[in-house]
Amino acid sequence: MTHSNWRRLLLVAAAGLLAGAVWSAGDPNSFNRLMKPPSMRNPPPAEDGIHDPDNPGTDLLQAPRAAFGDLPDSSSGNYVDWVKALEESHIAPRYDRLDADAKPVLMDLNIVREVKGSMPDVVYPHKQHTEWLDCSNCHPAIFIPLKGANQISMAEIILGEKCGACHGKVAFPVSECRRCHSRAKTADAAAGQ
Amino acid sequence: MKMKRQIRTAARRRAGATCASAACTLAVVALWLAALTGTPVARAEYGDVVINNYSDDAGMRPVIFPHWFHRVRFRCKVCHADLGFQFQAGGNQIDMLKIIDGQYCGACHNGEVAWSVENCDLCHSALPGTPTQVHESTLQKLLSPASRPAASQ
Repeated sequence: MTHSNWRRLLLVAAAGLLAGAVWSAGDPNSFNRLMKPPSMRNPPPAEDGIHDPDNPGTDLLQAPRAAFGDLPDSSSGNYVDWVKALEESHIAPRYDRLDADAKPVLMDLNIVREVKGSMPDVVYPHKQHTEWLDCSNCHPAIFIPLKGANQISMAEIILGEKCGACHGKVAFPVSECRRCHSRAKTADAAAGQ
Repeated sequence: MKMKRQIRTAARRRAGATCASAACTLAVVALWLAALTGTPVARAEYGDVVINNYSDDAGMRPVIFPHWFHRVRFRCKVCHADLGFQFQAGGNQIDMLKIIDGQYCGACHNGEVAWSVENCDLCHSALPGTPTQVHESTLQKLLSPASRPAASQ
């Protein structure tokens, strides 16, 4: 090995390191902790960062994209609109562990919550919730079933209380503001009455 | 004498090739590290629950419960009302005894409704050291960077 050969090799190595450093520091879009590009959404288990790729069972698990292909899109969470998927019969989740024909007990009652700030009022639909859940999942531990008895704030929801028991964990997250804040305030309320 | 020189030259060439490939490897590793620091590592499905109440201590990989997979097949009510799962990651103190006695996961994972408990590594599939969490939850994104195994943080 001559001197010049060594120098050349060291230069190549240094250039590689430098390129790496420039790539990480120089690309203004390289830091984006919360925004995933579409190519990184719904990765297969072995590439998702929490499954162990060395675990023999990991490769046997269904990849999310294999299941989500035909389901309606959404812009957050699993990038699947689960309520729509159920409404349009793309999926048929059982309501009973054993009885595939059990039908949910639906309650079609909207609760309007007039919110204090400038955001549109919240319309809470019992129907979509009772498609998935039992009354006892929410009442009375999370919500007292009485008008005006439940103080709810976005801070609580973000911290995982009240609606946040599901929304922000498994149901659509709080970034989907308009799915709850859906009813324009009345003219009187908007005028500050 | 001539032959010796030829052998030495060939050896030098080989050494050169090894060094060149080492340099290339170094460059690739540098680029890979850069890519790694610029992008989030853990990016599993929204709602995936990692349960590590006892697993690490028992020398098993922590459990990953995929919410999305189960909600395609069952409504929330089946587990969260009928089977008594609390809305709290790690809040159910599930152990294998309860499961083989038909509680919690064992209500279905019994070889009748779903595959049975001998498939250990289908559930115990997380990177060792991954803490209990609801992966991708709002709270996790806002407050806690501790979603990865301790070793890789």
